[in-house]
Amino acid sequence: MVIAEDLAREQRSISVAEFFEKNKHLLGFDSPTRGIVTTVKEAVDNALDACEEAEVLPDIFVGVRRVENEVYRIIVEDNGPGIVPENVPPVFGKLLYGSRFHQIRQSRGQQGIGISAAVLYAQLTTGTPARITSRTGVNRPAHRFEIMIRTETNEPEVISHEEIEWDRTHGTRIEIQFRSTLTAKKRLLDYLRLTAIVNPHARITADIDGEITVFERASNDVPPCPKPILPHPHGIEFGALKRLAAASTETVEEFLIGSFSRVGKKTAEEMINLAGLKPSRKVNKLDSNELKRLLEAMQAVRVPAPPAQQCLSPIGEDLICRGLEKEIQLDFIKARTRPSAVYGGHSFIVEAAIGYGGKIPPEGNAMILRFANRVPLLYQQGACAITDCVSQVNWKNYGLAQQGLPMGPVLIMVHVASTNVPFTSESKDAIASIPEIEREIILVLQELGREVKRYLARREKKKQQDDRARAICSIIPEIAAKVSEIVELPPVDTTPIEGKIMRKVVAKKRTVDGKVSIEVNNYTGKEVDLVIYNLSSDKAEDAVPLPDFVESIDGEYTRVWRCTLGAGEAWRAIYTGTGEGTLDLRGVDDGMKVVVDLDV
Amino acid sequence: MSREEMDARAKERLIGIARDWYEQMKDGVVPYIRLPTRTKRNIEYDDDSEVWKYGDLESTRSATTEKSAIHLLKMAYVIGFLKQQLVENRSSTLRELYYISEGWKKAKFAAQDESNLLIEDLEIITEMQREAFHLRPEEDGASIFGPLRIRETTRRGVKEIHCQEDVGEAGYPIPNNVDNLEFIDHDAKFVIAIETGGMYARLMENGFDEDYGAILVHLKGQPARSTRRVLRRLNDSLGLPVVVFTDGDPWSYRIYASVAYGSIKSAHISELLATPQAQFVGVQPSDISDYNLPADRLTEQDINALKAELTDPRFATDYWHNQINLQLNMKLKSEQQAFASRGLDFVTKDYLPTRLSEMGVI
Repeated sequence: MVIAEDLAREQRSISVAEFFEKNKHLLGFDSPTRGIVTTVKEAVDNALDACEEAEVLPDIFVGVRRVENEVYRIIVEDNGPGIVPENVPPVFGKLLYGSRFHQIRQSRGQQGIGISAAVLYAQLTTGTPARITSRTGVNRPAHRFEIMIRTETNEPEVISHEEIEWDRTHGTRIEIQFRSTLTAKKRLLDYLRLTAIVNPHARITADIDGEITVFERASNDVPPCPKPILPHPHGIEFGALKRLAAASTETVEEFLIGSFSRVGKKTAEEMINLAGLKPSRKVNKLDSNELKRLLEAMQAVRVPAPPAQQCLSPIGEDLICRGLEKEIQLDFIKARTRPSAVYGGHSFIVEAAIGYGGKIPPEGNAMILRFANRVPLLYQQGACAITDCVSQVNWKNYGLAQQGLPMGPVLIMVHVASTNVPFTSESKDAIASIPEIEREIILVLQELGREVKRYLARREKKKQQDDRARAICSIIPEIAAKVSEIVELPPVDTTPIEGKIMRKVVAKKRTVDGKVSIEVNNYTGKEVDLVIYNLSSDKAEDAVPLPDFVESIDGEYTRVWRCTLGAGEAWRAIYTGTGEGTLDLRGVDDGMKVVVDLDV
Repeated sequence: MSREEMDARAKERLIGIARDWYEQMKDGVVPYIRLPTRTKRNIEYDDDSEVWKYGDLESTRSATTEKSAIHLLKMAYVIGFLKQQLVENRSSTLRELYYISEGWKKAKFAAQDESNLLIEDLEIITEMQREAFHLRPEEDGASIFGPLRIRETTRRGVKEIHCQEDVGEAGYPIPNNVDNLEFIDHDAKFVIAIETGGMYARLMENGFDEDYGAILVHLKGQPARSTRRVLRRLNDSLGLPVVVFTDGDPWSYRIYASVAYGSIKSAHISELLATPQAQFVGVQPSDISDYNLPADRLTEQDINALKAELTDPRFATDYWHNQINLQLNMKLKSEQQAFASRGLDFVTKDYLPTRLSEMGVI
């Protein structure tokens, strides 16, 4: 067994820091370019989580500055609650150290890997420590640390620690320096913009190599911070159950009621009966077989879904719309938040939005914005269940072009909020395909598809109406003029055609031989009170009738007439001028009026 | 009919269109116009005249949408312009008309195709030809070479021309207005219409016209109306058989079809333009294999064009279906001049005599 002994000499434990040093891509540090985006993302996620817990409106500063060729300093500063000095070294200098790992609730960060991985990456590429400044309140001093990670042991090494003056009353600032490039600048800004969309209560100021971009907040309400809940009996695995049981001194019944959500006396009894146990047994005395039976029983018995309102914090339909509209100009936007659902005992909520037109690129695939627990997913779009669901929906039914993904000026945003988002890997780029989640995504997309179809139909109808209005009110009069000239007969009056076809209030401006005439016909069946606005550089002092109100600014005149027109009545004003300018009508619904400028 | 009478009729019919619209609008009706549908779906074979004409499908264009209203507005402007032209006894080319529309604001044409189509619409509605509106095409007709004497009334007087003796190598150029042309006498047995200039020159150089009593007509690609009218009249009034010799590809078959059956675009005047007795010489797809001609592969567009011809009523004969299907199987096409691969005399000494006697022409 010489070989085995040889091998034994080589066999030793590996620290998690060593492991990730070798497997950077697992954490999103596959390239220096991406490293910047990942670092900012981890720091901003932490900042937003911290602000949410402290219930303050986040005000986050992100800085990326070139220090020397290919070396950049990344700064992220927040106004969160700060970190007590004792905890600063492990939070930033130890992988897998965090507050949220054992909690069952929606949060951005979870495992306590992200930011310390950035610190690790920095010391790998430049050998410089991370500098952290944090202050927990007005009455306490700020602390500044310089920290590195001992990779062999995954323990923080404090290079320096001092108390300093800081103008922030509370908050945290991290400065990391590493070798990288700024080729991912657009991605970085995209990430921040997307973050701003799903965190409409946050203000994010970015200073990227001197270029400042501010993402202003659209809401001043801090979203409620999700509260941790007890594990759900359907979502627990054997190892976790064994650990919980061993730590308990209660009876099985007390244990089930006290350690799991949605388990009352009746449900607990049902589980215990099914497992064939006595309710009075101490749970820490159960052997492995008994625990296995208990676990099976726990999952067999029907238990209501976990209390999603408490542990999840969806953005909400209104704020999704506001968030999207402040960053992307859209002609149409609709959002839907689905009721909460469950997979494997984990609560989740799917919300989505669909936008159309505006500044969305009109050609090519639709814009797909993916989010999980209010964090944008930037990479691996093709591997994500969201993308897959988007292409599974038959968008042609809803009036959109489609080649796999829908095409055209369409934006589709999907947010999955869960106590445990099932990512395909630790770099958190893509959501795994879980049937329950996919079902919800498809349902919400279908709901939104119907909305967009209604919108497109409305738009098409409006377009046809406008088209017809232009034909009837602007071109037919020209045909009439030309035809009358050809047949050498008096000009034929086209107002009867207008009235018959339009059944609306029609206002027309026409200039012939230096005389501007404004004519309004009420072809509706009702009396209307109208206000007629005419903006132009014509002075029109000879207007008949005289306007009820005239205002002039810098040679531009605004003329206002008021009139009441009974059904079938007409009104007309004439003045000398060039006919340049605009005409508008108030007092009737947009759908009931047609304004035609025959001088254009 | 005298020129004055013709002008008066053209003016009256054009104004008639405007008068209809005037009455429609006076009655509170949105102005409209009715036209036969001008597509492949709506051409039918007319047994009496033996040509393809428009069928009964009609479309109504009513000014209820911006696009249709603008179409009518353009038509109104064109009618106004043509009326003026007739009153002043002026004339213009189709291209000039297109440029004149520059000043018509909303009624301005986007391209010359659009104004040409609109003039064809007016021809259909008025049942008159564009020459009656004093409009002429800017394209010149093709040329004739062969034992034929003609008399042409030109602006500089009447001229008599023999199309072999009095002309140079280019032949006699066919004028735009064929109404000014008279055939005096001839010594020909048949007319051969040729697609390409190269083959026209080859037949001339080899003395094909003299050897076989042939009138050579150069089509210059898709033939102009004047060329087609000359072919029709050579066939009609002189009783000469007409054969068409083109390249062996789908586009050339369409040239033959427009000579023999009329084109879809001008089906309203097929009776004047088409020569139903015209026969197709080649290049036939079967010639490509029979003579082992140098060939190119069919392109995607060629294949689509051939497939479209299989559903074109003008090609609905066993002969054409066999040839087209054969070509689709071979996936090859050849030009007329590919015969040169067997020597410069092959086409006049071998191919044409064999093929024409097969067809019963010589």
